[in-house]
Amino acid sequence: MRYSDEFRDREATLAIARRIASLATGPATIMEVCGTHTMSAARFGLRALMPEGVRLVSGPGCPVCVTAQPDIDSFLSIGDEPDTVLVSFGDMLRVPGSSDSLEGKRAGGAQVRVVYSPLDAVEIAQQTPEKRVVFFAVGFETTIPATAMAVLSAKRSGARNFSVFCAHKTMPRALRALLESGEVRVSGLLCPGHVSTIIGSAAYEFIPDEFGVPCAVAGFEPVDMMAGVESILRQLREGAARVDNAYSRAVPREPNARAMEIIYQVFSPCDAVWRGLGVIPKSGLSLRETYADFDAAILFAQAIARVPEARPSACRCGDVLRGVLAPEECALFGRTCAPENPVGPCMVSSEGACAAAYRYGGA
Amino acid sequence: MCLAIPMRIVEIDGPNALVEVGGVSRKARIDLLPEVSVGDYVLVHVGMAIARVDADEAERTLSLLREGPYEV
Amino acid sequence: MTETAVIERVTLSHGAGGPAMTELVRQVFLSAYGDCGETGDDSAILDVDSGRIAFTTDSFIVDPLFFPGGDIGRLSVAGTVNDLLTAAARPVAVAASFIIEEGFQIEPVKTIASSMHETAREAGVRIMTGDTKVVPAGAADKVFITTTGVGVVLRDGVSGSNVSPGDRVIVTGSVGDHGAAVLLARENLLDAPQARSDVAPLTEIVLSLIESDCEIHAMRDPTRGGLAAALNEIARQSGVAIEIDETSVPVTPEVRAVCEALGLDVLQVANEGKMLVFVAHRHWEQALSVVRASRYGTNAQVIGEATSGPAGRVTLRTVIGTSRLLRPPVGELLPRIC
Repeated sequence: MRYSDEFRDREATLAIARRIASLATGPATIMEVCGTHTMSAARFGLRALMPEGVRLVSGPGCPVCVTAQPDIDSFLSIGDEPDTVLVSFGDMLRVPGSSDSLEGKRAGGAQVRVVYSPLDAVEIAQQTPEKRVVFFAVGFETTIPATAMAVLSAKRSGARNFSVFCAHKTMPRALRALLESGEVRVSGLLCPGHVSTIIGSAAYEFIPDEFGVPCAVAGFEPVDMMAGVESILRQLREGAARVDNAYSRAVPREPNARAMEIIYQVFSPCDAVWRGLGVIPKSGLSLRETYADFDAAILFAQAIARVPEARPSACRCGDVLRGVLAPEECALFGRTCAPENPVGPCMVSSEGACAAAYRYGGA
Repeated sequence: MCLAIPMRIVEIDGPNALVEVGGVSRKARIDLLPEVSVGDYVLVHVGMAIARVDADEAERTLSLLREGPYEV
Repeated sequence: MTETAVIERVTLSHGAGGPAMTELVRQVFLSAYGDCGETGDDSAILDVDSGRIAFTTDSFIVDPLFFPGGDIGRLSVAGTVNDLLTAAARPVAVAASFIIEEGFQIEPVKTIASSMHETAREAGVRIMTGDTKVVPAGAADKVFITTTGVGVVLRDGVSGSNVSPGDRVIVTGSVGDHGAAVLLARENLLDAPQARSDVAPLTEIVLSLIESDCEIHAMRDPTRGGLAAALNEIARQSGVAIEIDETSVPVTPEVRAVCEALGLDVLQVANEGKMLVFVAHRHWEQALSVVRASRYGTNAQVIGEATSGPAGRVTLRTVIGTSRLLRPPVGELLPRIC
């Protein structure tokens, strides 16, 4: 597969690993802020290539993991309403809310469909006009344009039975909140490669400028992630802090104008609750008033209002997401919390830090 | 998040493209990338092309990384 | 005398045990299965040499019923035959029970029965008995099939608990074909015309191995859960560790592309025409050449070995040379976007 295989080359990966080994000057904690980075690092066993003292830590970049429990509960409650079809990405199917999951709801008789694209959800709505088809919109800037297109497409084609439950979140403000909290000492940040195709690498410049933390925008193949780590260690060696674009074949410096236009035509920024991080101002998106007819939060407001408050659980996803607790350090890990019986989303999501640690191990 | 794989544009019809890789194809929207042409490789995520893969830049990156040290 | 009409759709009376059912069985099943020694009795009688009998059953609920490379009928016979083969048994006979949803068209049922007959012939078994029930519309999803198989054990000691450190692991061909094809046939995700189910009975491969003097310790067909599930089962049963080399696992380019695009781990995707063979170290080359000489084994590869590491642990040497755990999948196969 072109542009994938070359970046999985063993020789190139090991060449970078050797350079990293001579670059590392001491302990360093590199946070990779992207569930897909977590997954990739685990799948390719990249931790084994890190020199002594260089730790790769997962951050809050797993949209499944950071979706707040009340949001999941609210979306599930819509499934109890008559003639509804809940549509979601496969990633969300097993994520537990307070008492149930989409999979559980389906077993209980609710109509649940898995799609690959939000546009497929609009097609489902068009094919079943007698049903109210509600799409669970999770994901960061990489995914948001697709949801925006789906809303525009539904409006254009008159699919009045389609709506979106918007739990989308944006990256930069979450990174700011994380760094401002000072909770985890991060030596460097591996920035999410595909979010960056939409927002541009310049979006992270506030990080070295205001916090002095080196950044590298990295892709997802082993060579890409290793290149990102190398850049950060090189910056640390130089005593410098900047945003390196190690994914220059796909990521521009400036944002994608078309994408920004379509996102902000349909959505406006709002405060959002992130699991583990709490409320981060203006880090979420909600549908603009023009599209109120497609806003599930409005259409199903009564059902949502009846959802009982989420009970706190022993799950420590929040701590894991902020990088202050390694999955293996959680008392529940591998005991009461495992993929077959997950307590929280970090274990359910295939790219959650806990699931990755459990499945791929520290072999 | 962000599973996206490089796929080659085989056909373009307005905002719709047919993309393929390894004998597998699907339709993708190219609204976000007005400048792409048939033959280009694009990253496809949830049915949308989100970026064009620059062949020259890919080559350059690979040689730099193979030889090192990697300078931006 | 009333003329018996050609049946078009299955109705509840076809499952009620009376003349309508007899007619259905005649028009659909007996005409498809050919000579199966049908006596009209409730039990089939088999003549077997004395020895040990292998005995297995499985139910088939695949959706869609027809997919590139096969259908539920072929699957129901191949699946049960392959299970018998893993016990180093020569499959002899199969029983097939159908549960059909009221209102379902007869033509597809005939096609399914015919497919079962062809697969049975290929596998060297006879479909000797069966049952048909019809349930009200909505009580079943079109057609469910349960097959039960019997076979004669040819060689003792072939079991998932008999793998020893040093044994080599052979996979008889490319992985992930069936699961990828069925997923795409069910969900409109991608177009992959070359992605076809590998569903096939592996009688030739296994009987050839048994006839050779290769010391085979275990065989397992990696169905649901793919290689990952099967390897973990064996590692646990035998109390060994297993190491697999990712680069040596055969995967077709199409299946690879499907898995990359949908975020699936090809090692967790189902196979229905493949066998994992655990062979004593000294016989691996011979075993490999026996398998490769068979119709469904031409792409066989040695993919790893059992070791004396921690019991039950399966690890994968990745394409970049690092090592990571290979755990069985949890739950159904779902496409990811993250």
